[in-house]
Amino acid sequence: MALVKSEELPVRLEQDVVVARQAVRRLAVELKFSLVDQTKMVTAASELARNTVVYGGGGTMRCEVLIDGGKSGLRMTFEDQGPGIPDMTLAMKDGWTSGSGLGMGLSGAKRLVNDFDIVSEVGKGTRVTITRWK
Amino acid sequence: MLHALIMRVHTAIQLIQSRVSLAKSSARVTREQTCRKSRIAEILKAHQDDLAAEWVKNLQATGTGKDSRISESQLREQTKEFLVLLSEAAAAGGDVHSQAWNATVDFLEDVSRSRVQQGFTSEETARFIFSFKQPLFARLRAELAKDHEAFAEETWAATELLDKMGLITIAAFQKTREDLINRQQQEMLELSTPVVKMWDGILALPMIGTLDSARTQIVMESLLQRIVDTGAELAIIDITGVPTVDTLVAQHLLKTVTAIRLMGADCIISGVRPQIAQTIVHLGVDLQGVTTKANLADALSLALKKLGFAVTRTKAAN
Amino acid sequence: MDRIPILRMGKFLLVSIQVDMHDQLAMTLQDDLTSMIERTGARGVLIDISALEMVDSFIGRMIANISGMSRILDAHTVVVGMQPAVAITLVELGLSLPGVKMALNIEKGMAYLRAQRAAEEGDGLNASHHSDDGEAGYGTRQE
Repeated sequence: MALVKSEELPVRLEQDVVVARQAVRRLAVELKFSLVDQTKMVTAASELARNTVVYGGGGTMRCEVLIDGGKSGLRMTFEDQGPGIPDMTLAMKDGWTSGSGLGMGLSGAKRLVNDFDIVSEVGKGTRVTITRWK
Repeated sequence: MLHALIMRVHTAIQLIQSRVSLAKSSARVTREQTCRKSRIAEILKAHQDDLAAEWVKNLQATGTGKDSRISESQLREQTKEFLVLLSEAAAAGGDVHSQAWNATVDFLEDVSRSRVQQGFTSEETARFIFSFKQPLFARLRAELAKDHEAFAEETWAATELLDKMGLITIAAFQKTREDLINRQQQEMLELSTPVVKMWDGILALPMIGTLDSARTQIVMESLLQRIVDTGAELAIIDITGVPTVDTLVAQHLLKTVTAIRLMGADCIISGVRPQIAQTIVHLGVDLQGVTTKANLADALSLALKKLGFAVTRTKAAN
Repeated sequence: MDRIPILRMGKFLLVSIQVDMHDQLAMTLQDDLTSMIERTGARGVLIDISALEMVDSFIGRMIANISGMSRILDAHTVVVGMQPAVAITLVELGLSLPGVKMALNIEKGMAYLRAQRAAEEGDGLNASHHSDDGEAGYGTRQE
């Protein structure tokens, strides 16, 4: 698996969520993702970026373009140094929310991508990595 | 059937690759001495006609050129041309990735592609190169009979070279097959997803064949796009031609219906056969208020009714 | 601070979302719309999202909220023009927006609002004329 391109964006304010969405859209278009795949990736990024801002107290988003064999993919990593998630099973459940959302953020984002990975430690922060292959 | 073929080509390539790498490691010992120029090029050039004749004989002995797929003259031409290219390239050194080898590699790839079109198997295609081994080795033995060390060395160099050529041939063969399969898959997808207009405001999608995720996604997208383009308020998905419905397919259908509703249109599923109805219930899939009809006619009649149309007969049938 | 404009057309309010919305903008729209329904006595709200390239759970929730709130304020809401890619993504995300009336385009959305109004005002002639515009209940998702 080769890393072709990597960019990092701050995700601290609400407006950064919009900037993050646009960055993901641009990369997905560059990779010639289909319109549906673009939309899925942008939507997943929007959910996770909002989580980073609202629950993680701000952090970063790293976008990476990957090539593995003949296929290309887009990987995004959202990282914050927030309070972390105490109960992962609960957090991944549909409809469960600790805030004011619909509780579709994490579980929904997972359904929109091919690979989903979440690491969280209470008091240290959370890191979510998602990948979608073309 | 195609899968089986690909698997066979794969195994063949792996076999050759492992042979090449195995041979490479054992050759390291004699490597220092190969600074001396290989005599293969020279021998190839000097005995081109003899080698070509024996090669063709060998090819024919293993069955190539015995039927109408390829004529003897064609076979002669190909072997001759390859020998000319090979002797030129070999004179420039043994690195097949270098510029000097381009013409040879291109030629081999062309041969492979034409073999695919002529209906040869991967084994028959690979045999084109491998049946050259015997004549070449015989020639080397005759030329280098007195110098055992040189004979061993040149035999090894020839083996390595021909294995590489064989590898190129099979890789090209496989690539051509894969391109063909991809193109056919694409064509099949396009052929199998016609969205038809049934009436003003009513679209129908007759699904035929097995539904998998990739296909369902394409079908779903083209139907949704047609709904936007035509402003049709009702879509009928007819699954009469779908042999089986499993949990995944049922879920895909449900997702399609939900997406259609999100866009502001509605959907009827028709052609649900008794077995499929049984499966759906056994699987415990909840069709959440999706309208289903036994056949396309019933679905159309319901769709017309929903859009406020009435069908009346103005004349009695004869 | 930027706002999404709300147009008034008789008894109806029209909103066309043309920008990539951040969350605050969505919240402001929700506030503006509800206060405007109350102020103008509007009976219908049409939200055009045909230019939206993405609807995530936050925007989805805003749409569901506006629909629910306006219903309490005695106005119908219709959301029009959701793009196919957006609809497919929303379904995958797990949102089906039950209880929100969707329509294919502005024309059909307006027809729905008029039909609702006509039905409520007991205008029999008008109602039957628009009977094919969805008031019979198909297309509307009742929970």
